[in-house]
Amino acid sequence: MTPMATNSRGRPVRPVAVVSFAQAKNVRREQEHNEVEMLMPIVSEAFGAVGLNKNDMGFICSGSSDYLVGAPFSFVMALDAVGVWPPRRESHVEMDGAWALYEAWTVLQEGELDTAFVYSFGRSSPGQLDRILALQLDPYYVAPMWPDPVALAALQAQALLDSGRATERDIAEVSARSRRDALGNPKAQVAKDQSVDELLSEEYLVAPLRRHAVPPISDGAAAIVLAAGDRARELVEHPAWITGIDHRIETPALGARDLTLSQSTTDAARSAGLDATSVEVAELHAPFAPQELILKDALSLGSSTRINPSGGALAANPVMVAGLARIGEAASRILDGSASVALAHATSGPCLQQNLVCALAADPDAAVGKKVA
Amino acid sequence: MERCAVVGVGQTKCQAKREDVSIAGLVREAAQRALEDASMDWSDIDAVVIGKAPDMFEGVMMPELYLAPALGAVGKPMIRVHTAGSVGGSTALVASHLVTSGVHRKVLTVAFEKQSDSNAMWALSVPQPFSAPLLAGAGGYFAPIIRAYIRRSGAPDDIGIKVAVKDRQHALKNPYAHLHIEDISYEMVRNSVMLWDPLRYLETCPSSDGAAAMVLASEDVADAYGSPAWVQGMAMRSEPTMFAGRDQVNPQAGRDCAADVYAQAGITDPRTEFDCAEIYVPFSWYEPMWLENLGFAPEGQGWKLTDEGATSLDGGDIPWNCSGGVLSSNPIGASGMLRFLEVALQVSGKAGEHQVDGVRRALGQAYGGGSQFFAMWVLGTAKP
Amino acid sequence: MSDDVTTLATPIKIDYSYTAGLAQSRYLHGLSQGKFIGERCPKCRKVYVPSRGSCPTDGVPTEEEVVLGNAGTVTTFCVVNVAFAGQQIEVPYICAQVLLDGANLSFMALIQELPANQVRMGMRVEALWKSPEEWGPTMDSVKYFRPNGEPEAPYESYKEYL
Repeated sequence: MTPMATNSRGRPVRPVAVVSFAQAKNVRREQEHNEVEMLMPIVSEAFGAVGLNKNDMGFICSGSSDYLVGAPFSFVMALDAVGVWPPRRESHVEMDGAWALYEAWTVLQEGELDTAFVYSFGRSSPGQLDRILALQLDPYYVAPMWPDPVALAALQAQALLDSGRATERDIAEVSARSRRDALGNPKAQVAKDQSVDELLSEEYLVAPLRRHAVPPISDGAAAIVLAAGDRARELVEHPAWITGIDHRIETPALGARDLTLSQSTTDAARSAGLDATSVEVAELHAPFAPQELILKDALSLGSSTRINPSGGALAANPVMVAGLARIGEAASRILDGSASVALAHATSGPCLQQNLVCALAADPDAAVGKKVA
Repeated sequence: MERCAVVGVGQTKCQAKREDVSIAGLVREAAQRALEDASMDWSDIDAVVIGKAPDMFEGVMMPELYLAPALGAVGKPMIRVHTAGSVGGSTALVASHLVTSGVHRKVLTVAFEKQSDSNAMWALSVPQPFSAPLLAGAGGYFAPIIRAYIRRSGAPDDIGIKVAVKDRQHALKNPYAHLHIEDISYEMVRNSVMLWDPLRYLETCPSSDGAAAMVLASEDVADAYGSPAWVQGMAMRSEPTMFAGRDQVNPQAGRDCAADVYAQAGITDPRTEFDCAEIYVPFSWYEPMWLENLGFAPEGQGWKLTDEGATSLDGGDIPWNCSGGVLSSNPIGASGMLRFLEVALQVSGKAGEHQVDGVRRALGQAYGGGSQFFAMWVLGTAKP
Repeated sequence: MSDDVTTLATPIKIDYSYTAGLAQSRYLHGLSQGKFIGERCPKCRKVYVPSRGSCPTDGVPTEEEVVLGNAGTVTTFCVVNVAFAGQQIEVPYICAQVLLDGANLSFMALIQELPANQVRMGMRVEALWKSPEEWGPTMDSVKYFRPNGEPEAPYESYKEYL
């Protein structure tokens, strides 16, 4: 009998599961529907999959960014897609929805509520994404130089190549595999079958990154219903149990950390009690292809783990949503019965600065002596 | 649920422009003070929860990324909350939940705004195409609601002035408050320019730079402290900004939130069972309105409590906003946390000159958006 | 000391293309035809103008169009005495919540042709549109609202909309 995971006070972690996941079709540019109209159908779908509605949700939490939308308080309008009436317990993080899910998970740990609803939305097409993301950088020393995200990722890619732990061919293989797998994902935006040699013959976009190694610009939205204990068992046949979830942040100073490693991912995974050898499916939020190689190492994933069957962020990268979508995609493999142990990862900030790891399993007791704290 | 207590608090002096510190310097000042108050070091903290209002106020997107080193968060979990004006309060709640859920034992929570860095008026309402042009500015949204309250309640039209005088007098006893108007008086407020009838200049909040921080700890940690402020109840509620039949004067979300937090803390008569309160009053008339919404007075009668001086530190039986409140300091992202922090100071007996004698239980409330987001907590000297 | 760098000004310019969305587009299209078009929620049956595509309390799409007239009631108001940044209207001016007849939610509107101190809750008003060739998919198609001479609406008729 394997022991349940325990929390910082030595008490058992409450089993909480993803019971449904819905996402909008990821597109280059959603021009007809505004954010509320994008969210409404997937909110409906996420609830419908488990026969629940907004009033069944004990807690609602969302993730989004004002600067991405180009409006202050932009999360407020999105509430109309849910309909918080009668008044509900609701909160918001100005981060990828994966962190909103983390907040909802901690609330459910208290034991008083049994369900939570998490959603996020992000349209990268309206604004100038390269300028917007530059505003994430140190406002005194770095942002005024307006470094663009591709250039920053290229720094990381070059460092990785220089370390000898990866080649340009390895990078192209990640891209080729991701976009080919995306052919099987109706929600993916970029899906095609190209050979590695074909990709390697492309010109550099920002050396050493070629266009294939860079994420698309996407508009999207995602929603997840979480349920605890028996409630989850009542709602679906194979709840995707969260056996551990944690996150860590690193320094923003790119010169002050080894860009070829992802220490925060390793630490978060350890804290989440991840057993890499048992992971069948891993959804890694790697907007740039070389980052998948870095994350795979950081998580000690072996060759038997299938990475990003959804196509990952190279197939669709709706900023503020892509991390939550990784959790949804990984959970879906358990919900549909095709996997029994999965992993999802989300990232925030340039060059994998902040990372969240979510371990999922079909068996809630799959945690072996783990501590969460 | 685990128990949780505030074991340290820290805040910066609020002022129109803190030109002597960077954004990192501002938050670190508050965080450092909170750690010192808690006799802790940066390395003692398990996780950091930071909150602030729209990023347009400083021109930095997702500032937790830039601030991680300044807040000792490198290598730790860090979350950034944004729930509009209530954010300072909801941030404290998110941090507390990390403790009550058993996930962490020592959490540092910080809220700030350095709104002088950008243009606050612009940041509050970046013009949006297709939307109705903004006709009235920030106070202009609330002034018509206040007029509706005055009509409904039949309150005399100088109640707002009395609130402003009281809160500004209280501020003189709080060295951290932004506005210290030494010779504040009823006449001075009444003669100040009318901005959005019925709100006069001196009945509205300033625009401030400032930061607030607290250290929240689990029971085993808090037991080692002399005067921890125990969290006896926490609640949040949201409702839509606009919908048919919405009561904007006495929002349901506020009433539901209060009912929830009172039930947790065993409060049935807030007026007599609380010793003081820190309530988000950015425009004078919100005091009588919140007195009713929070159940301190029956509907339509909140203004009487203000009128008879019940909410004054000087002789009142239920002092509100002894710190000077939002009317005296308003770094938007931090204002909610300042309410929660001031409650902790009162319960721990550390409020100095604006301390209410013998506080055993106090209420902190923050609201945001179009009076639609509410965050509240009850702190007390006794464990829940 | 005086040579220390203490401030840094970083101009930020970012362009965004906004999408009105389907519902708001229908409303704006109505404005370009001199009409206020609201939408009714299929569940609660309330009429929202301007519509944003979903019922804020039910979270469902509001697709049934309802054409509203030009008359309405002032439910509440404030008088703006001090111009704020970018405002071009002469002060003092009246900023009111107007409930169009047939709608269930008021919206903010400018009231003119009336001294600021004479506005009352319950006052009956009508929209004054620009001339048809000036109509477009924008709120600017309406100049302002003005008193329409009808007797003040009784408090009971609009108090639930306050």
